[in-house]
Amino acid sequence: MTKKVGTFLLYFLLLIGAFTMLIPFLWMLSTSLKTAPETLQVPPIWVPKILRFENYSAAFKTAPFMRYFINSVVVTLTTTLGQLFISILAAFAFARLRFWGQRFLFVLFLGTMMVPGEMLIISNFVTVSALHMVNSYAALIVPWLVSFFAIFTLKQTFQSVPDELYYAAKVDGASDWRFLWQILVPLSRSSIVAICILQVIGSWNSFMWPLIVTNDERFRTLPVGLQAFTSDAGTDYQLLMAASTFVIIPMVFLYLGLQKYIIAGISKSGLKG
Amino acid sequence: MKKKPTLKSSLTAYVYLLPMFIISGVFSLYPIVKSFLMSFYTKYNFYTDKVSAYGFDNYVFLWKDPNFHLALKNTLILVLGVVPLTVLISLVIALMLNHIKWLNGLFRTAYFLPFVTSTVAIALVWSWLFNQDYGLFNYLLSLFGIHAIDWLNDPHWAMPALIMMTIWKGLGFDIILFLVGLNNIDATYYKVATIDGANAWQRFKHITLPLLSPITFLVTITGIIGAFKIFDQIYALFNGQPGPGQSALTVVYYLYEKFYTDWKYGIAAASGVVLFLVILLITLIQFRYSRKHVHY
Repeated sequence: MTKKVGTFLLYFLLLIGAFTMLIPFLWMLSTSLKTAPETLQVPPIWVPKILRFENYSAAFKTAPFMRYFINSVVVTLTTTLGQLFISILAAFAFARLRFWGQRFLFVLFLGTMMVPGEMLIISNFVTVSALHMVNSYAALIVPWLVSFFAIFTLKQTFQSVPDELYYAAKVDGASDWRFLWQILVPLSRSSIVAICILQVIGSWNSFMWPLIVTNDERFRTLPVGLQAFTSDAGTDYQLLMAASTFVIIPMVFLYLGLQKYIIAGISKSGLKG
Repeated sequence: MKKKPTLKSSLTAYVYLLPMFIISGVFSLYPIVKSFLMSFYTKYNFYTDKVSAYGFDNYVFLWKDPNFHLALKNTLILVLGVVPLTVLISLVIALMLNHIKWLNGLFRTAYFLPFVTSTVAIALVWSWLFNQDYGLFNYLLSLFGIHAIDWLNDPHWAMPALIMMTIWKGLGFDIILFLVGLNNIDATYYKVATIDGANAWQRFKHITLPLLSPITFLVTITGIIGAFKIFDQIYALFNGQPGPGQSALTVVYYLYEKFYTDWKYGIAAASGVVLFLVILLITLIQFRYSRKHVHY
């Protein structure tokens, strides 16, 4: 009997907690479908009388969200794929090859992970300006092409593949290059997927750097565009919430679809740290 | 099996490492050195990138600047407000989740969802929740007869509002790690303890808590470092201001303002160095402490 009551209580508490976590999302969705007067109604209503999907098109008309969206997609995909390519090569060198200065370089790059990125933003901005890269895709992408986190995670994964496989491939006459792409990379699939998703989420949501290196509307990414939109939309909260939904939704779908990889990625990387 | 590196094997490896060397050389290693140097620039022309004087002036300025003191103080409040509560709440939720099977996945999804969402977008939602006249929070408070709070414009309430949102956003991450930790505890410990007559509280205190301590320690440290770097949600929550009357000015926000608004690169770099030193100190404590006191 007490066990049953306990389980019931457990579910009850977890349900309240989960609902609390979801309130901001529900409030956002609900507001995004209201009319302007409905947003100001007290007590607030959760389900508006008529679902006004027009708010989404209205928000799109007020600011170039389609352009922001395309920018975000381009920047996110290029960053993620470029970073993956560079990380695979570097991780392979650290995991399988022998070279002078290996230990030193490893410790050096591991050490740079401790430096807060915020500190580097100033001089990176100076560099980007000197290269005339302000307001360009290059400025949004290139500085993020190296992720030491990705490199070290992949190195770990590559090292977990048995040495015998490497020597067998060598005996069969496979080059390092072929061994890497035809054996190591396919075997590390789940690690790679996890790294990519975490990077996609990070790039998509990144704010401070895009804010600093873009002042031209044409190169704004979604979060920066959304922030700029708040001053235009003023108190039209139904439009603001429609725009917020538009920024948030792609990552929510990605998360719902690939949840197990994200969780696995976080568990692994977190525990190593 | 480890062979000594040769010239040939080294050259091969360097080719593989080349893309990383180039990018990280320009955008990680160089700026690290440059940031330290820049913090000693006292006369600097951004357009020509020419430095005409060096010195400790920027650090002296920080030492005397009441705004920087405020930023440090606020950051500390943020850390103290966010980290212990996040760790505690997520531990409780993880313990509860660990006890149930049915709907477990659904609950996890809900708790973790904030983690994947754009901080800027969701901070905008929170600013609407916090709205004094039409926000949901004040409506809920009014049900209990509590007067409307001007969360985002009252300097006393700006920080609590920021803390609430930050905790909400960070819970999922800690919960996931706690669940992994709980999963790694060998069930036989509990069986043996139960046979020996230990009650639930004793099992929690003498098995779960000590075996979970590496995770607790880890999420505490990541939480502290994360809280030190908070910027996005302040910017979005207070619409490009560090809160009413600077009440939510943090170290990173200070850095941003000095750099981007005031164009005081030297001072901004110096505040960046201070941030780095603080984080370095925390990391070193982590290394020492985790060797000594964490029970495995």
